[in-house]
Amino acid sequence: MPHEIDQRFLALPRAALADAALQRARDLGASHADFRLERLRSQGLSLRDGRLEGSHDGEDVGFAVRVVHHGTWGFAAGVDLTVDEVVKAAETAVQVAKVSAQMSTERVELADEPVYPDARWVSAYDVNPFDVPEQEKVALLAEYSRRLLAGRGVSHVTASLAQVLEGKYYADTAGTVINQQRVRVNPGVQALSVDATSGRFETMSSLAPPAGRGWEYLTGTGWDWDWELARMPDLLAAKLAAPSVEAGRYDLVIDPSNLWLTIHESVGHATELDRALGYEANYAGTSFATPDQLGTLRYGSDVMSVTGDRTVEHGLATVGWDDEGVAGQSWDIVRDGTLVGYQLDRRTARLLGEQLGVSRSNGCAYADSPGHVPIQRMANVSLAPAATDVATADLIGGVERGIYVVGNKSWSIDMQRYNFQFTGERFFEIRNGRLAGQLRDVAYQSNTLDFWGSLEAVGGPSTWMLGGAFNCGKAQPGQIAPVSHGCPSALFRDVAILNTVQEGGR
Amino acid sequence: MSGIRPQDLVEQALSFSKADGCVVIASESTSANLRWATNTLTTNGVMHSRSVTVIATVGTETGVASGALSRSAVGLDEVESLVRAAEDSARGNGAADDAQPLVEGDPAADWDEAPVDTSIEVFSSVAPALGDAFQTARGTGRLLYGFVEHEVGTYYLGSSTGLRLRHVQPQGHIGITGKVADDHARSAWVGQATRDFADVDVAGLDAELARRLDWSARRIDLNPGRYDTVLPPTAIADLMIYAYWEMSARSAQEGRTVYARPGGGTRVGDRLTPHPVTLRSDPSAAGLQCAPFVLARASSGTGSVFDNGLPITPITWIRDGELSALMQTRRSAELTNLPVTPMTSNLLMEVDGATGGVDELVAGVDRGLLLTCLWYIREVDPQTLLLTGLTRDGVYLVEGGEVVGAVNNFRFNESPIDLFSRFTGASATTPAFSREWGDYFPRTAMPALRVPDFNMSSVSPAS
Repeated sequence: MPHEIDQRFLALPRAALADAALQRARDLGASHADFRLERLRSQGLSLRDGRLEGSHDGEDVGFAVRVVHHGTWGFAAGVDLTVDEVVKAAETAVQVAKVSAQMSTERVELADEPVYPDARWVSAYDVNPFDVPEQEKVALLAEYSRRLLAGRGVSHVTASLAQVLEGKYYADTAGTVINQQRVRVNPGVQALSVDATSGRFETMSSLAPPAGRGWEYLTGTGWDWDWELARMPDLLAAKLAAPSVEAGRYDLVIDPSNLWLTIHESVGHATELDRALGYEANYAGTSFATPDQLGTLRYGSDVMSVTGDRTVEHGLATVGWDDEGVAGQSWDIVRDGTLVGYQLDRRTARLLGEQLGVSRSNGCAYADSPGHVPIQRMANVSLAPAATDVATADLIGGVERGIYVVGNKSWSIDMQRYNFQFTGERFFEIRNGRLAGQLRDVAYQSNTLDFWGSLEAVGGPSTWMLGGAFNCGKAQPGQIAPVSHGCPSALFRDVAILNTVQEGGR
Repeated sequence: MSGIRPQDLVEQALSFSKADGCVVIASESTSANLRWATNTLTTNGVMHSRSVTVIATVGTETGVASGALSRSAVGLDEVESLVRAAEDSARGNGAADDAQPLVEGDPAADWDEAPVDTSIEVFSSVAPALGDAFQTARGTGRLLYGFVEHEVGTYYLGSSTGLRLRHVQPQGHIGITGKVADDHARSAWVGQATRDFADVDVAGLDAELARRLDWSARRIDLNPGRYDTVLPPTAIADLMIYAYWEMSARSAQEGRTVYARPGGGTRVGDRLTPHPVTLRSDPSAAGLQCAPFVLARASSGTGSVFDNGLPITPITWIRDGELSALMQTRRSAELTNLPVTPMTSNLLMEVDGATGGVDELVAGVDRGLLLTCLWYIREVDPQTLLLTGLTRDGVYLVEGGEVVGAVNNFRFNESPIDLFSRFTGASATTPAFSREWGDYFPRTAMPALRVPDFNMSSVSPAS
């Protein structure tokens, strides 16, 4: 049963301000204008050894006016919620568009979208974390910390919880009016073990991903904390005692708790159309997956099918409508190994619509705060599981010499999304189809097309998990965006494994 | 902007406080930016933002507790409820580990001065110069991409002790990527931080881009390996900022970083390198000025709300090759038995006796590489602070002391701590804008370094 939108958000003078801003923009000759009013509540807690180290409670309220004026973008934002201020912002946006026009040769045109005169959407969660007293949240994290501290060999424990309540109002000159509310949380628990003599240390983190869920996520809905916390100290001790991996080529079985990040970096980012067209070239980079290869690029093996969506329940990128008034959708990005789609906003959908065979954005516009302009951000990009119920153990069973990779840690990928290098939370040697103890100092390194081309098999629906990130970064000025990635376990053949100690020249 | 003075917000909040202590930070910020790609402007913006943070400190049976709340755009009529909410939060939090007496002081001389702002007008010479550069680029078969931003934040800190401090922080930067239109693999980058754009010469930056793109006319493919490499100040900034951000004394004390001493304690006092390397921060460093007092909206491993207003004087993190300080709160200084040396928002590195520039270092390389900058730098192994990342926008082959062409990009795996010991040449220190971190940490000055065996671990086909 979906929640109601927070009353404090509904009390903000949304319609009055929108009407004033949009009218002024129209009067000044804007062909398109949109108005956003947002209230972002955030709270962060951090604990050290079971004791609160820092807490911060924030609220960011503001508005933004964006215009297309004679084919040029203009944008202005402010914090004072008065008619005078939003009108001034509309004027500034148009003024900035005029100044920019002298330096713009590309005309901005937006793909059409149906009009939604009164849309409302709230994300799926049980308990709004902002309704839970801070003491209760701290007490729970402290208790989780104490359980770990009691574990053998655990030297220190850190715990954290980030929570966001996002209220967005959107209205545009086409007549769309949308009110939305989203809740998301990002818990973290990490145990550290330090060898007193040698100074060698290792950590073991909870694998709980951030999620579009509420406080219930911390108390056992969607994640079994009791089960995981009980196992972490022994896993950590084993990691500290594990032998250092021999570098070479191995078959890898990758758990969804690690693979989601590889998907994010090597498929999610590579298929953002604005990036593929060069708009991120000064910062985040471009993509090897250029539009001329749509329908022909062999991204991976036949077993690889990837979708983008802003609809999966509890997905961090899931919305009713995006920040340009486009409804949330689901579409194919890679089908049976071939590139077939991109992530779009209204401008790129219009720019390349014919070539892509689309007449409409698939709804990936997002601004991380009222003061920032909406840009194309990643949808929930997910790898499909096998139709039959293949278990992770089945995948492991098909490997003679390999490594099972669990949990994400280090990540890095190049400017066109080719060369990547990842580590993980823990690694298990696979010998003749069975796990044979942990390994340490492991990193896997590959080039995207080689890697996905070596995908031999994926797990079934029972292995599928929704991982994700709270703070994916893009654009200048920098913006963050939350995003989820669903995937099963997966088997990759013959991947390069580095020994990180040897990489460091030791 | 509306008529509420941030100073009045601070005074109102302090006047409502019923707690044992109260610290209020009110800030106003304006920024303007232009972004471009393929020789045309893409996005732009002018933003105003405001925020107020109220930190309440409350005595409990077991010690002093704190609660911190932030809000944007608070009207004077909303201040009291914000203060009460901070007090409730403090009471609920229990005694704080980082509790210390609030910093004392008097009103600073500039307390009553208004916030300073910026506008799109700050680009009044940059914008037309960019337009010219786009024109030139179109005519010479080049594509330009980039970003320019200017932001001014004014911070007002008031405390129940009587302390009143104000700080104005202007910061800006420009970055331009240039590519050859019919061969995007030929790519170059220039970037610069600035306080006010008076020192930004777009035509000069564009000419430098053109020069570097000319270097890439000849392409050589190289295999992975360890190469004699000159890292210019930008690339050193890319690495040293990360090394700095890991310098939490608390974390070192717990044994969880490269600055931890085996057996316990921190490595302060240990020699990190035989070379005369200095790594330091100084709020008054010319051109890199930053807040000369602590501003903390929340407590963490590297900052404490109780330390708000604590003066920051010049700090030397590494002195003549020895680790001499780590980032401290007053609490962590107690725990580590070291002086209080708070995190500071600038960073300078110097190698004693080093003179000359990048060109002089390159001239001494028989066969090796000259980099431009690094990218997507992430920690691989915290034990040694092994970092991975890519080269980007210009890896040049040097033969006989001269650039002879451009090379493919690489992924590297290296530790900045190791590099302190391994470099065989250094230049004088100059202002250096980090490609990777500069949008967030623009105030750095670095030398160029020559590393005889830089680990280019694998080839990246990207450009």
